[in-house]
Amino acid sequence: MAVVAFIAVSAITFFVMNLIPGGPFTSEKAMTKEVIATLTKRYGLDKPIGVQYLNYMGNFLRGDWGVSLKTQREIWPDLQSRFGVSARLGLSALAIATVFGVIFGSISALTRNKWPDRLLVVLTTLGTAIPSFVLATLLMLLFCMQLNLLPIWDVHHPNYILPIISLAVYPMAYITRLTKTSMLDALNQDYITTAKAKGVPESKIIFVHALRNALIPVVTYLGPEVAYIITGSMVVESIFTIPGMGTMFVQSINDRDYPYIMAVTIFLAMLMIIANLITDIVYKIIDPRITFD
Amino acid sequence: MAEEKLKKRAFLSSQIDLSKFNAKDFEKATDEEKRQQDVMGESTTFFKDGMRRLRKNPLAMASIVVLIIIIAIAIVAPHICPYSYSSIITVDGRRDKGATDLEPMQWSELEAQYMEKTGKKLFPHIFGTDSMGRDYFIRVVYGTRVSLLVGIVAAVMVLIIGLIYGSIAGYFGGTVDLIMMRIVDVIYSLPDMLIIILLSVVLQERLTPLIKGTSLAKLGANMISMFIVFALLYWVGMARLVRGQILQIKNNEYVLAAKSIGTPNGRILRKHIIPNCLSIIIITTALQIPSAIFTESYLSFIGLGVSLPLTSLGSLANDARAAMQTYPLRLVIPAVVISLIVLAFNLLGDGLRDAFDTKLN
Repeated sequence: MAVVAFIAVSAITFFVMNLIPGGPFTSEKAMTKEVIATLTKRYGLDKPIGVQYLNYMGNFLRGDWGVSLKTQREIWPDLQSRFGVSARLGLSALAIATVFGVIFGSISALTRNKWPDRLLVVLTTLGTAIPSFVLATLLMLLFCMQLNLLPIWDVHHPNYILPIISLAVYPMAYITRLTKTSMLDALNQDYITTAKAKGVPESKIIFVHALRNALIPVVTYLGPEVAYIITGSMVVESIFTIPGMGTMFVQSINDRDYPYIMAVTIFLAMLMIIANLITDIVYKIIDPRITFD
Repeated sequence: MAEEKLKKRAFLSSQIDLSKFNAKDFEKATDEEKRQQDVMGESTTFFKDGMRRLRKNPLAMASIVVLIIIIAIAIVAPHICPYSYSSIITVDGRRDKGATDLEPMQWSELEAQYMEKTGKKLFPHIFGTDSMGRDYFIRVVYGTRVSLLVGIVAAVMVLIIGLIYGSIAGYFGGTVDLIMMRIVDVIYSLPDMLIIILLSVVLQERLTPLIKGTSLAKLGANMISMFIVFALLYWVGMARLVRGQILQIKNNEYVLAAKSIGTPNGRILRKHIIPNCLSIIIITTALQIPSAIFTESYLSFIGLGVSLPLTSLGSLANDARAAMQTYPLRLVIPAVVISLIVLAFNLLGDGLRDAFDTKLN
């Protein structure tokens, strides 16, 4: 499935990008027809589109991702350095969202209908209603500009707090809800009653018997969570002017820098597909009841 | 008498012991007595029952009220408010260059002079004006219109495509189902946001010359490409859901009964199967609206939204970012409106689920 999805994404990206009117040499006016013909031949653009696609993918897999139209530089090294920044931001947000989501969800389930649960229900409802870019701008407005508590992004003193918060809130709220429902579900199971009857301590029941089973839906959300954080980081990065992949992607959209858009799309799509694959595998490991057909 | 002919009741027999009755017990019931058997309460339908439960949910009712207010303002305000979303405020036929960056409920000098001179009262700038001298309230209203339109159109498209696709796959089953669901699986595993961005970028180039001069041009190529992408990608969730429901329902006896009397497939689907999975369809559609609004505002925010001078809540927020230190309200207002709409639709969807999906409780 993952391979099919990857091929589909790269093919869609490639053919869609080919729909754009005008070739790569249309802007250079001084070129004669012969030069264009030579260049076209040199870059294999005279071949059928299917062959072109295979060539592109071949180069792609060898690490040759083309040249940015805007900066005239190789895309791959640039992408690598930016990916480091983005990965740090994204992984922190992912970890924070998952850990706190599970903790809050468990608290919510264990204190059902008492004040901590009520408070968390209100907060998660709000958390799922605010788009990340709205949250990011409002946080920046509040903390960086009105209160002057935190500095705006600075290359030498990077401050990831606000970007991470704005990325993590939505998945965290979602995981809290997921954990709560599955925890409540798990606590009603017969094996919990059995464990209680056997005199297993309360903490062991919660952590070993209930939480382990409650985590299964959370694991399945991991794939969509990665996708959310990747798309979210595009705007969050550009709001906080973090020099990551997201900023560059939005920039390249505005510049209509097609090779760059294409490279980033394929790269991010690959990440998302890998995340989905990992989710499937982890899912299988923690829940042996599930088998792949 | 007949009584005598009857055998004596055996022990533990369930035969009626007629000796306990007399002739009075066999009299016809009077009309009054008959009426006591009438069912007084109206019979409830599935829909009425669900609505009754929905009305008891204060959060869902509050969100309905909020949504009605927002929709009413979005429809009515452009007819009342004399300003236009696209043009600079004019006073007495003259362009008012001093009317830029006004605070809420403030007048520009020219307007104040005009009001003093003529004694007429001008319509207030409820949210002030933007840096181009356009009334911000009416821009927010138009932004809301665009967002709501996108949400509703997307939900309807997803509903139609997903419903048809899912019901065909689910109803016919077998190889048809297998092939159709493999296609869904592939689309489902595509990163939708990336494809949307990609297609918006490209379709914009392609569509702009195509729609030039038509009525679609006002919507802009981005909006249309957004709709195309919604139609291409977003229906898969709905299709999966409908298919799963239909697989369950089609094994019921009433479907078999309908089949055995020769009801055509289309009619069985329309009359017997789809009404039975209606609740889940309604809930999913209701929850589709906020997610489409989310996507639209996101795209507008990264600069792939509706084309100028039309605006949406996302692009308003994006435009306001440049001057957010000096005019924070301009950022806060669209942000709050988006959040409010999404929140209200989410709560309404949750309420609908609680009310209509009885299997969940």
